[in-house]
Amino acid sequence: MGEIEYVALTERQKKARRNRSIAIGLALAALVVIFYVATIAKFGPAILNRPM
Amino acid sequence: MALVEETHMEETAFRMSEATAGDFFALLKPRVMSLVVFTAFVGLASAPVAINPFIAMIAILAIAIGAGASGALNMWYDADIDAVMTRTATRPVPSGRVTPGEALSFGLVLSALSVMTLGVLVNWLSASLLAFTIFFYAVIYTMWLKRWTPQNIVIGGAAGAFPPMIGWAAATGSISLESVILFLIIFLWTPPHFWALALFKSDDYQRAGVPMMPNVAGEASTRRQIFAYALVLAPIGVLPWGLGYTTAVYGIVALLLGAGFVWYSWKVLRMGDADRTMKPAKALFGYSLLYLFAIFAVYLGDRLVEHALNLGGV
Repeated sequence: MGEIEYVALTERQKKARRNRSIAIGLALAALVVIFYVATIAKFGPAILNRPM
Repeated sequence: MALVEETHMEETAFRMSEATAGDFFALLKPRVMSLVVFTAFVGLASAPVAINPFIAMIAILAIAIGAGASGALNMWYDADIDAVMTRTATRPVPSGRVTPGEALSFGLVLSALSVMTLGVLVNWLSASLLAFTIFFYAVIYTMWLKRWTPQNIVIGGAAGAFPPMIGWAAATGSISLESVILFLIIFLWTPPHFWALALFKSDDYQRAGVPMMPNVAGEASTRRQIFAYALVLAPIGVLPWGLGYTTAVYGIVALLLGAGFVWYSWKVLRMGDADRTMKPAKALFGYSLLYLFAIFAVYLGDRLVEHALNLGGV
């Protein structure tokens, strides 16, 4: 069985992929912040006051 | 033997993307999006209901992303048309930087995400309006009207007119006559705005086979219709004052802006067939952008001042 040969990315493709990955990461982080803060904004600080 | 060689796939199937985040951002039609953000904000901020500023920000963001998503779906479907028009040939899909499949997936994912976010975090009326707007722009306008009838942007203009209504619905959870008038202003503004562009870009549309009014009904008929729309738009712009929703300050500014619109449209009407520089059409196109921005800005200012005076008990 032969060795698996992978597609080698050019420098340009690597750079574009890194650029896209960073953008996706930032978008996901923004979504987390948005939903976290929106939950507090919608329910008020009382949401943090739960019986243990 | 290498797997790549054995599969004999088409080159496109193995095409590794060179698209950057900027190319995907361009799919969102940022310039159109900026107008959507502005008009949606005016609808939201002029509503007589206080809304949490963070929730308001999310609403505007979701509306902007939804509008952008419909732009991406438009660019996916219209890549063939865009490729032959000078104005659009450098867009990400016709230039090959983004594949049609990538644009479609991007548009669909963002559509779902923006509608769900607006629904879950703001309210479902505004989310339904946003979903309808995306559907209207991507399916009714792009896939159906645009290639079929010269009335394409008349009916399709509704998609661009919905954002202030969505903003209003996000703040109030309802639809009212005030927000319908904001809708009407953009709806009636769209045909003269785009027909002014179509007059001096008619060769482009002809080449792409898009039945814009100058190519189908002729330039003279288009100029008459532009003027007719201007005559209807000007009084509708003043209507919020006429119905008592704003102060006279807005009314007078809207009246002057409307008179300007009629004046520029009159110049277009008087433009001769031999005039190929089309300066009046270009001037109207520029003025129409100023008109929409100014009338919404003054409306917003008028409402905000009145809300502030009411809060202050003046």
